[in-house]
Amino acid sequence: MMDHEAMARKYQNVLSPLTQAGRPFWLTTIPLSLIVLWSVFAFGWQYYWGLGETGMGHPVSWAFYLINFVFFIGISHAGTLISAILRITHAGWRTPITRAAEVVTVFALAAGPTNILFDLGRSDKFHWVALHANFISPLLWDFTCIMTYFLTCVLFLYVLMIPDIALLRDRFPRRRWLYKPLSLGWTGTERQERTLNKLSAFLCIAVIPVAVSVHTVVSWVFGMQTQPMWHSTIFGPYFVAGAIYSGIAVIILVAALLRRVYHLEDYLQPRHFNNLGLLLLTMTLLWFYFTLAEYLTTIYGSGEAEVAVFWAKFTGRYSILFWAMALLCFVIPFLILAFKRTRTILGTSIASAAVLGGMWLERYLIIIPTLTEPRLPFARGSYTPSWVEWSMLAGLCAGFTLAIILFSKIFPVITLWEMQKEEKEKGGRPAGERET
Amino acid sequence: MDTKSTYRWGMVIDLDKCTGCQACVVACRQENNIPIMGEKYANLGRAKFWMNLIHETKGTYPHVEMRFIPMPCMQCDKPPCTKVCPVDATHLNTEGIVEQVYPRCIGVRMCISNCPYTVRYFNWYEPSWPEEYRKGLNPDVYSRRKGITEKCNFCIQRIRRAKMTARKENRKIRDREVTPACVETCPSEALYFGDLNDSTSRVSKLSKSRRAFRLMEELGTEPKVYYLKEGDWYDGS
Repeated sequence: MMDHEAMARKYQNVLSPLTQAGRPFWLTTIPLSLIVLWSVFAFGWQYYWGLGETGMGHPVSWAFYLINFVFFIGISHAGTLISAILRITHAGWRTPITRAAEVVTVFALAAGPTNILFDLGRSDKFHWVALHANFISPLLWDFTCIMTYFLTCVLFLYVLMIPDIALLRDRFPRRRWLYKPLSLGWTGTERQERTLNKLSAFLCIAVIPVAVSVHTVVSWVFGMQTQPMWHSTIFGPYFVAGAIYSGIAVIILVAALLRRVYHLEDYLQPRHFNNLGLLLLTMTLLWFYFTLAEYLTTIYGSGEAEVAVFWAKFTGRYSILFWAMALLCFVIPFLILAFKRTRTILGTSIASAAVLGGMWLERYLIIIPTLTEPRLPFARGSYTPSWVEWSMLAGLCAGFTLAIILFSKIFPVITLWEMQKEEKEKGGRPAGERET
Repeated sequence: MDTKSTYRWGMVIDLDKCTGCQACVVACRQENNIPIMGEKYANLGRAKFWMNLIHETKGTYPHVEMRFIPMPCMQCDKPPCTKVCPVDATHLNTEGIVEQVYPRCIGVRMCISNCPYTVRYFNWYEPSWPEEYRKGLNPDVYSRRKGITEKCNFCIQRIRRAKMTARKENRKIRDREVTPACVETCPSEALYFGDLNDSTSRVSKLSKSRRAFRLMEELGTEPKVYYLKEGDWYDGS
């Protein structure tokens, strides 16, 4: 391996954000922090007065927080796909994106379950879920799987960062207090590398079933209930596919932003976005397939309660949202991603933004219409989110972005040691000219 | 003599007799300390109705048909609500009543969303009463705080008291000895309550009436609230 000094010089572009914090940094982090603080206030408000401060009521007893929960857990599936699956299949082009994907995974996983905390009637008793666990409840399956996934992903991110932390330890003596203990005495010996390879290979394989289980059980929170259009066996795979779909979209957006802000054009090249765009296109088609299968089965079977929910979505009061979802999740991304000419950095970014909005709407349309049209047609209700719920969503998004920004100031967003290793293996060709 | 776990409480509601007067709803509120939310909050879905009177209007004037359906908790023998609670805060007790353990409930509300009859209610706010009303609150009922779920329990406090009396006299509770507030108050005597295990009890006999049916039997929840109605029954529509 190249010595640290030379490597640091070579990857100057990647390392410079760690030491520089210009005006744009403060212009983004300060407003984001304010939004987070505001959401803390909103949570305090809701905690003091009660969940009546949200837009929920009878019979819509689950709403915004559950939508955001599913949404963020969905995003967290990005890291697994890009990092683990592409690593196992030796897709060389994924190297510069892996770190970003892993970071997105960890922070989205932190943001997701926070929604459950907001949603509880007695948030201060959250730990009772562990203390008084009832394992027949799908929520306990959720709790278990998400915790396992979170720990695995943190470990995954951390283990694959150790060589880079060691580089930082030698490069930035003033931050030794942080990097030294984290680097676990990494010096790059052959034995250490062997251990690292073994461990990362193990984590790669371990994280995939865990990830699949996580979004499957998230779907089962709904699928196990006998409510119309929830009680469906398609929910497991449908949610997993949807999760990966929105996850890739976030990675594309984060990669495009990092590229632009930190001038990483040498590392994150159009071909990476092209490949990610192709992955996204695959998921677009898969999403369409699942959605078609779900809705066609429902309407063809014409169960009374199911049909009520179906028409509420299709032509009823949720039809605007429904067709917006179809536009954002299928029409727009498909038209952009199907053609090589539009599968550019800008094109994939636009498609990704559309997918994110569409997937959020999809979760909204899974949860709300079923609850407003329950099986027994007596209790009817409507739902409008309150300022508290909007504040929490804003706070979570701001917190998520802030966490990524702060991470990028402490650790490199591109995995340097792997880039280096790969380059060595390919015979020292400079970054960016390697084959896919 | 075995005085434990021999009861299986059930209710029969005669829809042909119900006049829709809502006395059951009022009596239930009174007995179980259910706060009055007011129209504004009721419209937002924040009102609680352990006993609710559903009314449905069919047709247009002058050919109008109105239906009333008193809806307490169905006290299912196979309750979908109990198994989904992550902290085991609700369960089917030995006498067939689906109980809510208030101090254990953390307000996840999955039991609410998985109740096909939508008869579970959440405390969206801290319950409050006008000052002059407070003196009339029932001291036998657990005071629920904000952030927890509650539901009809067939006036379990009355059953408990009847059981204590019966135990003192070393006998079982007699038929019609214990009645929930709604049953006690119904002016047209459309509601009946008793032990379904006792084949001689009035509810037992009525539950086997050819007019008897239960709501959404197809779900297999085995409710212990029976309805009586002449002719065909359609859920809603």
